[in-house]
Amino acid sequence: MTATKNGSAPVSATAQARSRLLGNRGVGEFLLDQRAFVALIVLVIIFALMTDAFLTPTNLITMTKHVAYNAILALGMLLVIITGGIDLSVGSIVGLSGIVAGVMLQGWDLSLFDTTAYPAVWVVVVISLAVGGLVGALNGWLITRFNVAPFIATLGTMYIARGAALLISNGSTFPRLQGDPELGNTGFSFLGVGRPLGIPTAIWIMVIFAIVIWVLATRTRFGRHLYATGGNERAAQLSGVLVKSVKMRVYIISGLCAGMAGLIIASELTSAAPQTGQSFELNAIAAVVIGGASLAGGRGTVKGALIGAFVIGFLSDGLVLVGVSSFWQTVIKGLVIVLAVILDQSQERLKKARAAAQAAQSVKRELADRQPVATA
Amino acid sequence: MTTDAAPVADGVAHRGEVVMRAEAVTKAYGGTHALRGVDFEIRRGEVTALIGENGAGKSTLMKILAGVEQPSTGVITLDGVPVDFRSPTQAVAHGVAIIHQELNLCPNLSISDNIFLAREEVRGGFVDFAAQRTAAAAFLERLEEPLDPTTLAGDLRLGQQQLVEIARALSEDARVLIMDEPTSALSHAEVEVLFRVIRDLTSRGVSIVYISHHLDECLELADNAVVLRDGRIVAEAPMADVDLGWIVTQMVGREEGDLYAPMAHDPGEVLLSVRDVVVADPDSPGRLAVRGVSFDLHAGEVIGVYGLMGAGRTELLEALAGRNRILSGTVELDGVDLARRDVASRIEQGLILVPEDRQRDGLVQTLSVGANMAVSAVNQFLRRGFVSRRAETAAVTETGAKVRVKTASFDAPIGSLSGGNQQKVVIGKALLTSPRVLVLDEPTRGIDVGAKADIFALVAAQARTGRAVLFATSEVGEVLYACDRILVMARGEIVAELDPRTTDREQLMAVADTSATPVDTTSFSPTGSDTNDEA
Repeated sequence: MTATKNGSAPVSATAQARSRLLGNRGVGEFLLDQRAFVALIVLVIIFALMTDAFLTPTNLITMTKHVAYNAILALGMLLVIITGGIDLSVGSIVGLSGIVAGVMLQGWDLSLFDTTAYPAVWVVVVISLAVGGLVGALNGWLITRFNVAPFIATLGTMYIARGAALLISNGSTFPRLQGDPELGNTGFSFLGVGRPLGIPTAIWIMVIFAIVIWVLATRTRFGRHLYATGGNERAAQLSGVLVKSVKMRVYIISGLCAGMAGLIIASELTSAAPQTGQSFELNAIAAVVIGGASLAGGRGTVKGALIGAFVIGFLSDGLVLVGVSSFWQTVIKGLVIVLAVILDQSQERLKKARAAAQAAQSVKRELADRQPVATA
Repeated sequence: MTTDAAPVADGVAHRGEVVMRAEAVTKAYGGTHALRGVDFEIRRGEVTALIGENGAGKSTLMKILAGVEQPSTGVITLDGVPVDFRSPTQAVAHGVAIIHQELNLCPNLSISDNIFLAREEVRGGFVDFAAQRTAAAAFLERLEEPLDPTTLAGDLRLGQQQLVEIARALSEDARVLIMDEPTSALSHAEVEVLFRVIRDLTSRGVSIVYISHHLDECLELADNAVVLRDGRIVAEAPMADVDLGWIVTQMVGREEGDLYAPMAHDPGEVLLSVRDVVVADPDSPGRLAVRGVSFDLHAGEVIGVYGLMGAGRTELLEALAGRNRILSGTVELDGVDLARRDVASRIEQGLILVPEDRQRDGLVQTLSVGANMAVSAVNQFLRRGFVSRRAETAAVTETGAKVRVKTASFDAPIGSLSGGNQQKVVIGKALLTSPRVLVLDEPTRGIDVGAKADIFALVAAQARTGRAVLFATSEVGEVLYACDRILVMARGEIVAELDPRTTDREQLMAVADTSATPVDTTSFSPTGSDTNDEA
């Protein structure tokens, strides 16, 4: 009785490839399904036609580097959104982790011990990431321990983390973070301006984060529990999924991702400003949503979030290249986000309507056959 | 069937001895007692049927045994040792599993992911999806439902989802398996398969607790019958010694006729005329919840719609009121077809629904008693664009008296009222819109006996003023004593129209249950193989 999967008759190779690609859907439905990717291709084609400067290797690498930090934020945000939550604090964490790195590279004033410490770069990186993870843990704690709605909890920590960054830096920027060979703390610039194998470090980091999170989400126990929590929290709980621990972990991961993004930006600018990262959380949410995730939870993929980040990044950079005013850029970005969600909704509706129409058709046939039942 | 040597020997040797026991268990939610000192035994290798009306406490008792909830007082013992399950995971670890009444699947996960949720096969840090799929396929095969284990649970029809829940419970390899309404969405053929699986399990020493509204299933399957009423066990007996009549008497425990005012209406002309209405299941759009329903409702008449769980009552009523879309068919009120109208214009035409879930759909929890009652009719109180408090208060006071709400004041928060009084507020809200057709879905769910009588008296009074009333219920007593005409639904169709004066309990339950069978064979076969329209 399990002949559905393996026992199919021999088919031509192209037909097989076609059916692997499309399943039993039409081309239109396939395009709708892959809409984020289609949108990205369309964007690339349009910009390539409008300006020769767009489709050059240098420009593509530059744009991808711009995409990288938003993509890293979006990867953390994706996990949070799959559980049905939201993380508004990531933009502030970007600022905070940069500032923490800045303080330590400039000389960590430990007045308690009457010295100034200059920790090695790897220590700076670990501590800055830990600060991001800590803010994430605070989010998770507020949400799981006190049942604070994720929107509110992370709105609160968004202000707290930003305030902390301003307090630490006293509102000013830490410049010249390249370090001093005499103090042994050089090398921070590797994150932002290094180019191993000719590719900027930021892109490598994005790729590594993407692979790790993809494996986590699709191949591990944690991944199943993640989707289960977002799909039906009560069912997950009754099945024995430790829902609270799942939530705690996604906020910590999101905080770590934001901390990483903050380090990359500080390194690239070789300075850390407390205002860095403002409204980055919204770009990350937009990337995840364009990639087909549902804010209601349970749905979303790493591939989608990455494509979403590329759509947003290429759109802004492309519009700059072709000379569209920055005011119009903002409007267009908004339109793209709304359009993505409208398409998402119409796909769901289409599926439901089709199923219902099929069922109704069969009953109509049945009703026509049946003798009229006398009432009263 | 599969054979497995060791458990068989064990199960046969100790058949009938008590495996699990609840001693003097009580459970209170706030001020109300769901269980009042229950002693309940589960015996090895036997099926115990737990029987009772809605709200008798069956599900609560089972949730306590399965670790979903904890008793307020009392002890649970397993093999004579007291146990204190804090979570379903702990219960499963001790070999106690439950199939919940409400479906508990993650719609976004595949069948095999759902079956192995929180018990994944992990190898080297990664989930072994292939092994899970193979195992899941084997469990589905055992239930004779060879679905592809990679199918998303959300794409399954309700019955298949229920089978996945059953497969999940089987995979937990339990010694005690609790089944709370496992067949509510299953077809007759699927029920047969489930019964074979249950007999196979018991022959291997697994103990089953079986809860079902389908009493004939209990009669066929169970070794013991335990009847629960108002949170107490009122009777228990070996199933071989009892019959349907005994069960029903024990369940109800009183002469119900005394509860309700007799109906004596003179039906007027036809008010509402429903023809060939088809409605999709809102939860799984590929399935139809209502499959071509037609009836007439006259002025001054009260119709009771009776059916078991999943019969399509709620979906029909919600479709009439405009909450579910009507795929085809007509709903005429005074000759105007309402089938394509929205809820607001149906209310304006005079058709309003008192919904099944009053907490969620009937009341605004943050508003006062009076504001809740006035919320649908607020247009009537507008004076030059502003709400006139005086007009509102007057109307609310008058209606509140009519529906006999017991409240300290109309400014009191709605949450301060008992369930019965809250329901009266919802009915009052409906009456304030001056409906001609009043539709009530399970109007007495979760309310006490006295308030039930009040509500049906209210319904009768409304009918006497020339309104037409349609209500749906899963309680036999209510249709037998509180309406002029009974429509019995099964599997989305009206399968019988009965006169309550000449019908008794057994007849009604038999019709609601067994009528599902012939309907089932024609309409649930995949492409209608026994209809000859396309052959």
